[in-house]
Parts: sequence; C-alpha cells; structure tokens
Amino acid sequence: MASIGKIARRTFLVGAAAVAGGVAFGYYKYKQPLENPLKKGLAEGEATFNPYVKIGTDNRITVIVPRAEMGQGAFTTLAALVAEELDVTLDQIAIEHGPAAPAYYNDAALREGAPFPAFDHSMVAETVRNAMGVVGKFLALQMTGGSSSLADGYEKMRLAGATARETLKAAAAQKLGVSAGSLKTEAGKVIDTKSGKSLTYGELALDAAKIDPPSDVALKPRAQWKLLGKPQPRKDMPAKVTGQPIFGIDVQLPDMLYATVRMNPQPGGAMKSFDASEALKMRGVKKVIAIDSLYGKGFAVIADNTWRAFKAADAVKVVWADGPGHRDDAEAKKILASTIAAGGGFSLRSAGDPDKAFADAPREKLVEAEYYAPFLSHATMEPMNATARLKDGVLDVWSPNQAPSVIKIIGARLTNLADDKINVHTTFLGGGFGRRIEPDFSDYAIRIAMETEGRPVKVTWTREEDISHGPYRPAALARYRARLGNDGLPVAIHGSVASPSVMAGMVGRIMPGLPTAGPDNLIVDGAYNQPYTIPNERIDGYKAPLSTPVASWRSVGNSFNAFMHESFVDELAHAGKIDPMEFRRKLMADYPTAIAILDKLKTLSDWGKPIDKTRAQGIAFTLSFGTWVGEVVQVKDENGSIRVEKIWIVADPGMVLDPLNFKAQMMSGAIYGLSAAIGQQISFADGAPQQSNFSDYDAMRMNQCPDIVIEILENSGHLGGAGEPATPPVMAALANAIFALNGKRIRSMPLNGEVSFV
Amino acid sequence: MKLQVNGTVHELDIEPDMPLLWALRDELNIKGPKFGCGAGLCGACTVIIDGQATRACQTAVGDVTANVRTIDGLGAPDALHRVQQAWLDEQVVQCGYCQAGQIMNAVALLEANPTPSDKDIDDAMSGNLCRCGTYPRIRAAIKRAASGQQTGA
Repeated sequence: MASIGKIARRTFLVGAAAVAGGVAFGYYKYKQPLENPLKKGLAEGEATFNPYVKIGTDNRITVIVPRAEMGQGAFTTLAALVAEELDVTLDQIAIEHGPAAPAYYNDAALREGAPFPAFDHSMVAETVRNAMGVVGKFLALQMTGGSSSLADGYEKMRLAGATARETLKAAAAQKLGVSAGSLKTEAGKVIDTKSGKSLTYGELALDAAKIDPPSDVALKPRAQWKLLGKPQPRKDMPAKVTGQPIFGIDVQLPDMLYATVRMNPQPGGAMKSFDASEALKMRGVKKVIAIDSLYGKGFAVIADNTWRAFKAADAVKVVWADGPGHRDDAEAKKILASTIAAGGGFSLRSAGDPDKAFADAPREKLVEAEYYAPFLSHATMEPMNATARLKDGVLDVWSPNQAPSVIKIIGARLTNLADDKINVHTTFLGGGFGRRIEPDFSDYAIRIAMETEGRPVKVTWTREEDISHGPYRPAALARYRARLGNDGLPVAIHGSVASPSVMAGMVGRIMPGLPTAGPDNLIVDGAYNQPYTIPNERIDGYKAPLSTPVASWRSVGNSFNAFMHESFVDELAHAGKIDPMEFRRKLMADYPTAIAILDKLKTLSDWGKPIDKTRAQGIAFTLSFGTWVGEVVQVKDENGSIRVEKIWIVADPGMVLDPLNFKAQMMSGAIYGLSAAIGQQISFADGAPQQSNFSDYDAMRMNQCPDIVIEILENSGHLGGAGEPATPPVMAALANAIFALNGKRIRSMPLNGEVSFV
Repeated sequence: MKLQVNGTVHELDIEPDMPLLWALRDELNIKGPKFGCGAGLCGACTVIIDGQATRACQTAVGDVTANVRTIDGLGAPDALHRVQQAWLDEQVVQCGYCQAGQIMNAVALLEANPTPSDKDIDDAMSGNLCRCGTYPRIRAAIKRAASGQQTGA
C-alpha cells in the first residue's frame, strides 16, 4: 500500500509512464539559466531583476504573474508570493501577465509527479522512452492548469522577490556606505536601522540592476509573513466591477476587422463546398474564406462588425462531410464497453491479488455496478475568441488563453516567422476550466489575419459554435465489482475504466507527430489513487478509440472517476449495512488527514442525526491535485423535484496562502460540478453534438444554488491545488444523497435523466 | 439614427435591426455589456432602459428610444456606485465576465425594490448565469447594498 505522501502527489498531464524520468528533467531545467524576457521591453528608467520583477525610477513596481487569471485568483495570490519577499504592499504593485517565454515554464507537474513505488516498472519501461520527449516538451510550455499555479510558483516567485530585495539592499549599502547587515526593507524602501536614512526602491533600481544578484537567499519563515496566509483583496476586482475592457473579446485596435467562424459540427469532418455569394452581398462583409486546420474544417466571414459577420455566416450555404467519429451515444457507449471487453488495459497501482479474491467469491458477497459519464462542454461565460494581426513581418495575437507558448508554436507553424517576431498578449479570461489551453481559437484567428493585408481582426465565436464544438470532457464508462467480507467491508475491489485519452488528444493537437503510446493516468485519476486501504484492489484503465477531440475539463479524469468510484463506495457501504461516513472512516483509518476531514464534516453537517423525511444527506471524498476534500450534500424533496439545499465542504490543501480566495475556489468548484451532475451533457446524433446554447446546455442558477459551508484544515503537509479539487466529490455526494432520499441509485450522468430538479 | 447611452447622444448609421449589444460594443466601443449567448439566456449583456433590466442582445437598436444605462456609466474605480462597492466588499468576482450584467441587474432590482427578500433576489437574478459559481457572494453583496440603502449610507 502506498504511503500518504506518495498518494498525494499530483499527476496532471504527466503520462504515468513518463514520470519516472521527470524528476531528473525538472532538476536539470531548474538549473538552466533562462533568459529574462523582460530585458527586451524595458522602458526608460526601468530595471528588471529577474523574470518576475520590474522596478522604475518612478517607484512603479511591476510583478509578472505568468499564469492566466481566469477567475481563480492567480493574479493576486501569485503576486503576493513576490510581494511578500520583496517587502512591498499589494497596493504598491502593478500586475501583468507578461510575455510568452521559456522562463515561465510550469514545472510543478514534474516536481510533484514523482512515481508511485507500486508501479509495474517492467510494463512501463517501453513507453518511458517514448513519452519522455513528450513530457519534456510539453511541460516546458507556459501553461495554466492542473491546479498547479501555487505549487509551481511557491518557491520560484518567493525567491524572485527575495533576490530582488537583496540586490536592492546591496545597492543601498554601496550608496549609503554602510554594511548590508544594518539595512532592513519595508513597504518599498531600504532603511538603514542605524542612521534612520532610507531610499526608495525606485531610487535604487538602476544601480541595483547592475549588481549580480545573490545566488542563494533565505526566504522568510512563515511566522514573519505579512501577506501570505491572510485574505487579500483581489487586485483584479476594481476593473471587473466597473466593466473595464480587459477580456479578449474587448480587444480594440485601430483599423480592426471583425470575423466569425463556422466549422463542421461533426468532429474531424471536412467541408465539401460552400457558397458565399449571398453573404458577400450583405452590408459590411469583406471576405469569406475557407479554413482548413488541424482543429477543424469550415469557413470564416470577415466583416466590419461582429453581428454582421454572424448574420452573413448564416447566409453562407455549406455542405459538410461526415466526420469519422461515433454517430450517436449508443455507439459511443458500445465502443467504451467493447474496449473493456477486449482486455489489454493498464493499471498503475495494485494491492494484494484481486483476481484470486474474485475467483472464489461467493455470489452473495459480490457487488457489481456499471457507470457512465457523458461528454461535456466547458461553456466558459466568454465565448471563444482571439484577435490577430500579421503586419510587417510581425505576428501579434491577443488571446484569452491558458498556454501562451502553445500559441507561439502555432503561430510559427502557420507563418514561418521566427520566435522573436511573434508576440502573444494574454488578456484576462472570461473563464477557462481547461478549454483555453486549446490552440484552436488562436489558430483560426491567425489564419484569418493572414488574409486581411495587415489589418488586425477579432474573431468571435457564437455561443452555438462554442458549445457545439469541442474539445470536450471525454465520455467514460466504468465497471466496478467488489467482494465484501463478513464484517461488511470490502475484501477486494476491481474497477475497469474506459475513456478516450485526454493526454493523447492534447499532445496530438499541440505537438502533432509526437508519440502518445502508453498508459494515460488521467483515465483512472481519482479512482486508482484514493486513500482507501483495500486488501485486494486494482483499477484498470482503457484508452477507448473514440475520435471525438477531448480536453482537460476542470479536474480532468477526477471529474468522472470520482462520481463512479465514490458512488460505488457508497453502494458498498449500503450493501455492507454500514453508515457511509463510518464506512469511509474504516477504509481511510491509515490516513489521519482524511479522518480529520470526516470528523469535521460529521460535526458540521450533523451527519446521522434524524432529519425530516423530505431531506437526506450524501457524502463523498476525493483526493485530487494534492488537496483532500470531503463533501456532504443535503437534498430536499420539493413536490417531487429535488432541491440541492446545502453543502458542507471540508478541504485540506496542506497550507492556505489566501483563505478567502481558497474558499471562493471551493465554492466555485462545487457549483461547477453540480451544474454538470444535475443536467449537462453533450449528446450526439448523426455524428454531431446536439447542444448549442444555454437553452439545452444550462448551468446552475441563483435560485438553485445551495447554502455552502466551507472549512479549511492544514494537516496534509503538502501544498495542494485550489481550482479543481472541490469539483469531483460533489457529483457523487449528490447522487448518494438522492439514493438516501428515495432509494434510487443513479449510475449515469447527468442525474436529471432519472430524477427532476428544482 | 440617434442612440443615447449613459446620457450622451450618438449619431449612428446602422441597420435598425442590429442588436443594441453590437451597436454598443462594435460601433460605439462601449465594452461593458458582454456577449454571452446572443439569445437572452445568460444576462451578460444586461443594460438598464427606463428602469428595466434589459438584454441588449435581444433588443433591436432601432427600437430603443430612451437613454441606455450601461456599467460604463455606473461608477469608476475611484468613484464606485454602492452596488459596485458592495461587490468589492464581498469580494464577489472571479473571472468577472458575467459581473457587469449581474451588477446592472442588481442595480435595476434595488432601484425598484430597495429591500428585496431572498425570493425577490432569486426571481430577479436567476436569468444571469455565472459559470464561476459566485452566487452566494452575489446574494450577500445585494443584501449589503440593500442594507446600506436602508440606512442611507
């Protein structure tokens, strides 16, 4: 059985086979002196100390946050890491996303994704060699995902602040003719404690930039933190409550054109023909062009106004070819089921000998169940869009995106321009949830800008285009079986999970041609690595050959595995006639972090105390992205419809750098998961998605929103993520609460297929 | 045609059936109202006309005869409207994309009903979608703004 710390490590985007080599790669990269990209764009009177800090003689202090602000609060909490060590207040700094540059690679996944000791190394040995190149190149990308921003920045960004601070002190020591030891820093000033003289950072900046930064600096102990660990007002809040034009869709440039795209709704399908003659007669329409991209085939309408482009696109007569994918949901389910039936899955961790345990299991001790989860759209509030300009041999892309260096790769591929002729401007994101790692919307904008003779063009998708085109959260099917002992606890659990591979899909879209063979731990993430002690246990993963493009969707594999695995754990508790909270306590007895969460949940929710017959509670627990989360959902029967009345969330991310924002992320993750569990699905008919707007792909609204109580614990000893970990358990907790209410066990999402909701 | 926005009259030469949203965003560069669905389903484009919260994506610009209030005219970072201040105090916002619409809808609600009940808030606000799930804090901010109004703050 793996130990607690090993289980807690994150595995996002690291093909399971590849992590064995990952640590060495991370260390090597860490030691590489990476060029400071800020040196190129310095203004007069401005100095830079490292890729995260710029200081002007006018005392303007700029902190670079190279992770996309998509609502999760990265702008504030990551900037606070630098500000804490630099000894400046958050009021004193300006925050920017900064350019796309190798200095900002995200290595958290590697540092955190150490291999499990339970790996079958002989099995993965073959694929390690293939996947190493993939992972190495992949993670050198500047990416926001995997709830990894804090884990990635925690040391790097504090070091950046501390190094700049010490350099400023060295400059002050020279200027004042004193030893650095007598100097202290406070609120943007270096102060000589003996004479009381002080110099602002602005006064020191240009001199300090000439001094070699110290190679090792001490970071402040936690007890001395002024900003970290305390709630900070979000720096992006004033602009966002006053409607400032900060999103990608708000980009406004001189001489700009407006465009939209219509791509074949059948994934992978070609465009047979299109007739734009009517569209071209319409007011403001400049051009209609075909788009033939790796990400879709279709056309774009370029006009002088977004609405005119939308309207003209409706007037284009187009003939689509069928795509290669499944025609309808029944076929998708058949492919998933037959993938499992064919055998040849992979497993990343096993305990005991499950095959033997099942071989002689008495029929009455067996529990079996099959679960299904559908494709899902991310449905960010801001529809996909990007703005591009190709002028005088320079490509500029303004894009609300989670992976700016991917856009550079795409831009170079399309235009053949050198890296230094491509500028990516990351705007604020009106939601990301994994969708904006994808390159498609930026790719289309660049292609369209290649047709506008140097004029910038903003490309906005309709909501219908956004929802009816993936990449989607993959559909998944799982079969579970368990053998119960005489005490009602499981002697053995065996799961088989089939889903198309997100890892293979993403690599294929970003770096086509790289090998993507081998296991994809995302398929079993949230099932194989949970802190339950089962004497005989194995989860087998199967990469299903469904060709519909699939992507990261808030919590990735956990988003379906937690529903399935935690529903099954609940079924076992009922089969074993043990209270579901108590059942989990027994199975997680080896993990004090989990037990503390259950204790707190029990108290908060009054679990087990009688409530009236119209109400019931369900529990679920998921360890994902290094954060341990237990949730209790309370439902109420309102005249035959189910209301989600209340949720209690207890989370342990090891350490909380901003409790108010962490709670916001827990709330957000739970509501996002509830929206999916209650009513979301992308279903297919005739090879195409059937949903297209919030009328048929709705999300939770104010009148449906439960009361949410959140408690934070800090026992795990590991800095976990915030953006995703609340999403996985809420879906199972809701399904388990519905079972407790009316005895209906729903094994297929969305749950409104079998019950109605308020 | 003439279009009055936040007190300023603009002269426009556009099709009268162009949705108000696109006249504001692409013709007048007033970017506060956001495009979310184009079908009146999400509320991101909410503006106030004649005291009514109105979906700009479903309103033909040619039909607009009264002044259009958008978030751009509501308050500035250094001179916030009390609803915006309440949003700040409750730290409501995450991605922020829906919030211009949420705030304009809340302003219309509080102007018509200075002391809304939970049900009043649900009824008024349920047409405004938020994918970040900020609803509990939106509710708290509306109540905070309402209580400020009661006490004359």
